[in-house]
Amino acid sequence: MHEAGAAQAIVGMLVEEAGARGAGRVDAVHVVAGETGSYMEESLAFYLGFFAKGTRAEGVRLDLRVVKPKLTCSSCGLVFERRRFSFSCPECGGDAVITDLGDEFYIESIELSGSA
Amino acid sequence: MQVSLKRAIYEENDRLAAAINAGLRRRGIYTVNILGSPGAGKTSLVSRLAERLSRPLSVIEGDVASDIDTRTLRALGVDAWQIETGGDCHLNAPMIEAMLGKMKVEDAAWLFIENIGNLICPAEFVIGEDLKIVVSSAAEGHDKPWKYPIIFARSAACILTKLDIAEAIGFDEAAFRKGLETVAPGLPVFPLNGKTGEGADHIASWLIAARKAAAGT
Repeated sequence: MHEAGAAQAIVGMLVEEAGARGAGRVDAVHVVAGETGSYMEESLAFYLGFFAKGTRAEGVRLDLRVVKPKLTCSSCGLVFERRRFSFSCPECGGDAVITDLGDEFYIESIELSGSA
Repeated sequence: MQVSLKRAIYEENDRLAAAINAGLRRRGIYTVNILGSPGAGKTSLVSRLAERLSRPLSVIEGDVASDIDTRTLRALGVDAWQIETGGDCHLNAPMIEAMLGKMKVEDAAWLFIENIGNLICPAEFVIGEDLKIVVSSAAEGHDKPWKYPIIFARSAACILTKLDIAEAIGFDEAAFRKGLETVAPGLPVFPLNGKTGEGADHIASWLIAARKAAAGT
Protein backbone atom coordinates (compact mmCIF):
# COMPACT_ATOMS: atom_id res chain seq x y z
CA MET A 1 0.00 0.00 0.00
CA HIS A 2 3.01 2.29 0.35
CA GLU A 3 4.77 1.35 -2.86
CA ALA A 4 3.89 4.57 -4.71
CA GLY A 5 5.99 6.80 -2.44
CA ALA A 6 8.83 4.29 -2.46
CA ALA A 7 8.78 4.04 -6.27
CA GLN A 8 8.86 7.81 -6.57
CA ALA A 9 11.93 7.96 -4.31
CA ILE A 10 13.64 5.17 -6.27
CA VAL A 11 13.05 6.88 -9.64
CA GLY A 12 14.50 10.12 -8.23
CA MET A 13 17.67 8.27 -7.25
CA LEU A 14 17.90 6.41 -10.58
CA VAL A 15 17.67 9.63 -12.57
CA GLU A 16 20.24 11.29 -10.31
CA GLU A 17 22.70 8.38 -10.49
CA ALA A 18 22.36 8.02 -14.28
CA GLY A 19 22.86 11.76 -14.70
CA ALA A 20 25.94 11.79 -12.47
CA ARG A 21 27.51 9.00 -14.56
CA GLY A 22 26.47 10.32 -17.95
CA ALA A 23 24.41 7.23 -18.72
CA GLY A 24 21.51 7.40 -21.15
CA ARG A 25 19.41 4.66 -19.65
CA VAL A 26 18.78 2.79 -16.42
CA ASP A 27 18.09 -0.80 -17.50
CA ALA A 28 17.62 -2.43 -14.11
CA VAL A 29 17.43 -1.65 -10.42
CA HIS A 30 18.21 -4.21 -7.73
CA VAL A 31 16.31 -3.50 -4.52
CA VAL A 32 16.63 -5.26 -1.16
CA ALA A 33 13.58 -5.13 1.12
CA GLY A 34 12.84 -6.68 4.49
CA GLU A 35 9.81 -8.94 4.44
CA THR A 36 8.35 -7.09 7.44
CA GLY A 37 8.11 -3.94 5.29
CA SER A 38 5.37 -5.65 3.26
CA TYR A 39 6.48 -4.38 -0.15
CA MET A 40 4.67 -6.12 -3.01
CA GLU A 41 6.90 -6.67 -6.04
CA GLU A 42 4.08 -6.31 -8.59
CA SER A 43 2.91 -3.08 -7.03
CA LEU A 44 6.41 -1.61 -6.76
CA ALA A 45 7.10 -2.54 -10.41
CA PHE A 46 3.84 -0.94 -11.51
CA TYR A 47 4.60 2.37 -9.78
CA LEU A 48 8.21 2.34 -11.00
CA GLY A 49 6.89 2.09 -14.55
CA PHE A 50 4.48 4.94 -13.87
CA PHE A 51 6.97 7.38 -12.32
CA ALA A 52 9.82 6.48 -14.68
CA LYS A 53 7.88 7.45 -17.83
CA GLY A 54 9.71 10.13 -19.78
CA THR A 55 12.91 9.78 -17.70
CA ARG A 56 16.18 7.89 -18.26
CA ALA A 57 14.70 5.14 -16.11
CA GLU A 58 11.72 4.52 -18.40
CA GLY A 59 11.20 0.78 -18.80
CA VAL A 60 13.54 -0.03 -15.90
CA ARG A 61 13.44 -3.67 -14.77
CA LEU A 62 12.94 -4.29 -11.06
CA ASP A 63 14.77 -7.07 -9.28
CA LEU A 64 13.48 -7.29 -5.70
CA ARG A 65 15.31 -9.43 -3.15
CA VAL A 66 13.24 -10.00 -0.02
CA VAL A 67 15.08 -10.53 3.26
CA LYS A 68 13.26 -12.64 5.82
CA PRO A 69 13.41 -12.03 9.56
CA LYS A 70 15.79 -14.31 11.48
CA LEU A 71 14.58 -16.05 14.59
CA THR A 72 16.39 -17.81 17.42
CA CYS A 73 14.81 -20.83 19.06
CA SER A 74 14.40 -20.35 22.81
CA SER A 75 14.73 -24.10 23.39
CA CYS A 76 17.60 -25.34 21.19
CA GLY A 77 19.20 -22.05 20.14
CA LEU A 78 18.89 -22.68 16.38
CA VAL A 79 18.97 -19.50 14.26
CA PHE A 80 16.65 -19.79 11.27
CA GLU A 81 14.83 -17.73 8.64
CA ARG A 82 11.15 -17.27 9.18
CA ARG A 83 9.05 -19.61 7.07
CA ARG A 84 5.61 -18.74 5.85
CA PHE A 85 2.90 -18.85 8.51
CA SER A 86 5.25 -20.00 11.25
CA PHE A 87 7.35 -18.61 14.09
CA SER A 88 8.35 -21.94 15.62
CA CYS A 89 11.66 -23.81 15.36
CA PRO A 90 11.89 -26.14 12.32
CA GLU A 91 14.15 -28.52 14.29
CA CYS A 92 12.59 -28.94 17.72
CA GLY A 93 9.25 -27.10 17.31
CA GLY A 94 10.11 -24.78 20.22
CA ASP A 95 9.07 -21.14 20.53
CA ALA A 96 11.40 -18.68 18.88
CA VAL A 97 12.16 -14.99 19.17
CA ILE A 98 12.91 -12.57 16.31
CA THR A 99 16.56 -11.63 16.75
CA ASP A 100 17.08 -9.92 13.39
CA LEU A 101 14.03 -8.12 12.05
CA GLY A 102 15.41 -7.74 8.52
CA ASP A 103 13.78 -4.38 7.95
CA GLU A 104 16.21 -2.92 5.43
CA PHE A 105 14.99 -1.19 2.29
CA TYR A 106 17.67 0.01 -0.10
CA ILE A 107 18.92 0.06 -3.71
CA GLU A 108 21.75 -2.45 -3.88
CA SER A 109 22.84 -1.73 -7.44
CA ILE A 110 21.73 -0.41 -10.81
CA GLU A 111 22.48 -1.33 -14.40
CA LEU A 112 23.22 1.56 -16.76
CA SER A 113 23.76 1.77 -20.52
CA GLY A 114 24.16 4.32 -23.30
CA SER A 115 25.33 7.88 -22.93
CA ALA A 116 23.31 10.99 -22.26
CA MET B 1 27.43 -1.28 -16.62
CA GLN B 2 26.51 -2.48 -13.14
CA VAL B 3 26.95 0.10 -10.37
CA SER B 4 26.87 -0.84 -6.70
CA LEU B 5 24.95 1.77 -4.69
CA LYS B 6 23.60 0.69 -1.28
CA ARG B 7 21.36 3.77 -1.03
CA ALA B 8 18.55 3.70 1.53
CA ILE B 9 15.31 4.41 -0.30
CA TYR B 10 14.04 6.72 2.42
CA GLU B 11 17.42 8.46 2.95
CA GLU B 12 16.00 11.93 2.30
CA ASN B 13 13.20 11.41 4.83
CA ASP B 14 15.67 9.95 7.34
CA ARG B 15 18.06 12.90 6.99
CA LEU B 16 15.25 15.42 7.49
CA ALA B 17 13.87 13.46 10.47
CA ALA B 18 17.31 13.50 12.13
CA ALA B 19 17.54 17.27 11.58
CA ILE B 20 14.04 17.82 13.00
CA ASN B 21 14.87 15.70 16.05
CA ALA B 22 18.16 17.54 16.62
CA GLY B 23 16.35 20.90 16.42
CA LEU B 24 13.66 19.82 18.88
CA ARG B 25 16.22 18.35 21.29
CA ARG B 26 18.23 21.56 21.26
CA ARG B 27 15.09 23.27 22.56
CA GLY B 28 14.59 20.60 25.22
CA ILE B 29 11.47 19.24 23.52
CA TYR B 30 10.80 15.49 23.83
CA THR B 31 8.90 13.92 20.94
CA VAL B 32 6.78 10.79 20.97
CA ASN B 33 5.41 9.18 17.79
CA ILE B 34 2.16 7.36 18.67
CA LEU B 35 1.23 4.45 16.40
CA GLY B 36 -1.72 2.06 16.27
CA SER B 37 -4.83 0.96 14.39
CA PRO B 38 -7.80 3.24 13.76
CA GLY B 39 -9.82 3.17 16.96
CA ALA B 40 -7.10 1.63 19.13
CA GLY B 41 -7.34 4.53 21.59
CA LYS B 42 -4.47 6.80 20.52
CA THR B 43 -6.37 10.05 21.12
CA SER B 44 -7.71 8.75 24.46
CA LEU B 45 -4.13 7.99 25.49
CA VAL B 46 -3.07 11.54 24.57
CA SER B 47 -6.03 12.98 26.53
CA ARG B 48 -5.18 10.93 29.61
CA LEU B 49 -1.51 11.86 29.47
CA ALA B 50 -2.39 15.54 28.99
CA GLU B 51 -4.13 15.42 32.37
CA ARG B 52 -1.02 14.00 34.03
CA LEU B 53 2.05 15.64 32.49
CA SER B 54 3.10 18.90 34.10
CA ARG B 55 5.22 20.36 31.26
CA PRO B 56 3.49 22.09 28.33
CA LEU B 57 2.18 19.68 25.69
CA SER B 58 1.66 20.15 21.97
CA VAL B 59 0.07 17.55 19.74
CA ILE B 60 0.19 16.95 16.00
CA GLU B 61 -2.76 14.87 14.85
CA GLY B 62 -2.41 12.90 11.64
CA ASP B 63 -5.47 11.68 9.79
CA VAL B 64 -6.35 10.80 6.23
CA ALA B 65 -9.46 12.96 6.58
CA SER B 66 -11.15 15.19 9.21
CA ASP B 67 -10.01 17.12 12.27
CA ILE B 68 -12.22 15.30 14.77
CA ASP B 69 -9.35 14.33 17.08
CA THR B 70 -7.85 17.82 17.02
CA ARG B 71 -11.20 19.33 18.02
CA THR B 72 -11.56 16.73 20.79
CA LEU B 73 -8.15 17.61 22.21
CA ARG B 74 -8.63 21.37 21.84
CA ALA B 75 -11.88 21.07 23.78
CA LEU B 76 -9.75 19.66 26.61
CA GLY B 77 -7.42 22.65 26.38
CA VAL B 78 -4.63 20.79 24.56
CA ASP B 79 -2.55 22.67 21.96
CA ALA B 80 -3.45 20.35 19.05
CA TRP B 81 -2.78 20.78 15.32
CA GLN B 82 -4.11 18.74 12.43
CA ILE B 83 -2.31 17.24 9.44
CA GLU B 84 -4.83 15.92 6.93
CA THR B 85 -2.92 13.74 4.48
CA GLY B 86 -5.75 13.41 1.98
CA GLY B 87 -4.91 9.77 1.36
CA ASP B 88 -1.34 9.14 2.46
CA CYS B 89 -1.27 6.21 4.88
CA HIS B 90 1.51 7.55 7.15
CA LEU B 91 3.12 10.80 8.28
CA ASN B 92 6.59 11.60 6.97
CA ALA B 93 9.34 14.01 7.96
CA PRO B 94 8.46 16.75 5.39
CA MET B 95 4.88 16.88 6.76
CA ILE B 96 6.18 17.33 10.30
CA GLU B 97 8.67 20.00 9.24
CA ALA B 98 5.88 21.95 7.51
CA MET B 99 3.60 21.67 10.54
CA LEU B 100 6.32 22.74 12.98
CA GLY B 101 6.67 25.88 10.90
CA LYS B 102 3.01 26.73 11.56
CA MET B 103 2.61 25.85 15.22
CA LYS B 104 4.45 27.15 18.26
CA VAL B 105 5.82 24.41 20.48
CA GLU B 106 7.12 25.79 23.77
CA ASP B 107 10.72 25.09 24.77
CA ALA B 108 11.10 22.06 27.08
CA ALA B 109 7.60 20.84 26.14
CA TRP B 110 6.30 17.43 25.20
CA LEU B 111 5.44 16.94 21.54
CA PHE B 112 3.11 14.05 20.80
CA ILE B 113 2.55 13.07 17.19
CA GLU B 114 -0.48 10.85 16.67
CA ASN B 115 0.21 9.00 13.44
CA ILE B 116 -2.34 7.74 10.91
CA GLY B 117 -4.30 4.72 12.19
CA ASN B 118 -2.44 1.93 10.39
CA LEU B 119 -0.22 -0.95 11.54
CA ILE B 120 2.12 -1.06 8.54
CA CYS B 121 3.42 2.10 6.91
CA PRO B 122 3.78 4.45 9.92
CA ALA B 123 6.20 1.97 11.50
CA GLU B 124 8.63 2.40 8.62
CA PHE B 125 9.14 6.14 8.82
CA VAL B 126 11.09 8.23 11.28
CA ILE B 127 9.57 11.69 11.54
CA GLY B 128 11.78 13.39 14.13
CA GLU B 129 10.67 11.48 17.21
CA ASP B 130 12.70 10.39 20.22
CA LEU B 131 10.67 7.21 20.46
CA LYS B 132 7.67 5.38 19.06
CA ILE B 133 4.95 3.79 21.15
CA VAL B 134 2.22 1.52 19.83
CA VAL B 135 -1.37 1.43 21.09
CA SER B 136 -3.09 -1.93 20.61
CA SER B 137 -6.63 -2.67 21.74
CA ALA B 138 -8.18 -5.93 22.86
CA ALA B 139 -10.82 -5.31 20.20
CA GLU B 140 -8.21 -5.92 17.48
CA GLY B 141 -7.54 -9.46 18.71
CA HIS B 142 -4.57 -11.12 20.38
CA ASP B 143 -2.88 -12.15 17.11
CA LYS B 144 -1.68 -8.66 16.15
CA PRO B 145 2.01 -9.02 17.17
CA TRP B 146 2.37 -12.04 14.88
CA LYS B 147 0.55 -10.37 12.01
CA TYR B 148 2.28 -6.99 12.19
CA PRO B 149 5.73 -7.62 13.71
CA ILE B 150 7.41 -4.42 12.53
CA ILE B 151 5.23 -1.95 14.42
CA PHE B 152 5.83 -3.73 17.73
CA ALA B 153 9.52 -4.33 17.02
CA ARG B 154 10.12 -0.63 16.35
CA SER B 155 8.19 0.63 19.37
CA ALA B 156 9.65 1.33 22.81
CA ALA B 157 6.41 0.43 24.64
CA CYS B 158 3.01 -1.09 23.96
CA ILE B 159 -0.15 0.42 25.45
CA LEU B 160 -2.85 -2.25 25.71
CA THR B 161 -6.37 -0.78 25.76
CA LYS B 162 -10.00 -1.91 26.04
CA LEU B 163 -9.20 -4.82 28.36
CA ASP B 164 -12.58 -4.19 30.04
CA ILE B 165 -14.23 -5.90 27.05
CA ALA B 166 -11.61 -8.67 26.71
CA GLU B 167 -13.81 -11.43 28.07
CA ALA B 168 -16.82 -10.51 25.96
CA ILE B 169 -14.79 -10.65 22.72
CA GLY B 170 -12.50 -13.56 23.60
CA PHE B 171 -9.26 -11.58 23.81
CA ASP B 172 -6.50 -13.78 25.24
CA GLU B 173 -3.99 -11.47 26.94
CA ALA B 174 -1.48 -14.27 27.59
CA ALA B 175 -1.45 -15.11 23.86
CA PHE B 176 -0.99 -11.43 22.98
CA ARG B 177 1.97 -11.16 25.36
CA LYS B 178 3.47 -14.36 23.98
CA GLY B 179 3.28 -12.85 20.49
CA LEU B 180 5.04 -9.73 21.75
CA GLU B 181 7.81 -11.85 23.28
CA THR B 182 8.32 -13.42 19.85
CA VAL B 183 8.49 -10.25 17.76
CA ALA B 184 9.64 -7.67 20.32
CA PRO B 185 11.30 -9.39 23.29
CA GLY B 186 11.27 -7.33 26.47
CA LEU B 187 8.85 -4.67 25.17
CA PRO B 188 7.12 -3.09 28.18
CA VAL B 189 3.32 -3.41 28.15
CA PHE B 190 1.06 -0.90 29.90
CA PRO B 191 -2.65 -1.66 30.23
CA LEU B 192 -4.79 1.48 29.91
CA ASN B 193 -8.47 2.08 30.40
CA GLY B 194 -9.04 5.06 28.13
CA LYS B 195 -12.43 5.81 29.65
CA THR B 196 -11.42 5.94 33.32
CA GLY B 197 -7.74 6.75 32.88
CA GLU B 198 -6.72 3.73 34.95
CA GLY B 199 -3.14 2.82 34.05
CA ALA B 200 -2.24 6.26 32.66
CA ASP B 201 -0.15 7.15 35.74
CA HIS B 202 2.25 4.31 34.95
CA ILE B 203 2.57 5.39 31.33
CA ALA B 204 3.25 9.00 32.35
CA SER B 205 5.93 7.86 34.82
CA TRP B 206 7.53 5.65 32.19
CA LEU B 207 7.61 8.50 29.65
CA ILE B 208 9.13 10.88 32.19
CA ALA B 209 11.82 8.29 32.97
CA ALA B 210 12.49 7.73 29.25
CA ARG B 211 12.83 11.49 28.79
CA LYS B 212 15.26 11.80 31.70
CA ALA B 213 17.31 8.87 30.38
CA ALA B 214 17.51 10.53 26.93
CA ALA B 215 18.55 13.86 28.47
CA GLY B 216 21.42 12.08 30.20
CA THR B 217 22.81 10.67 26.97
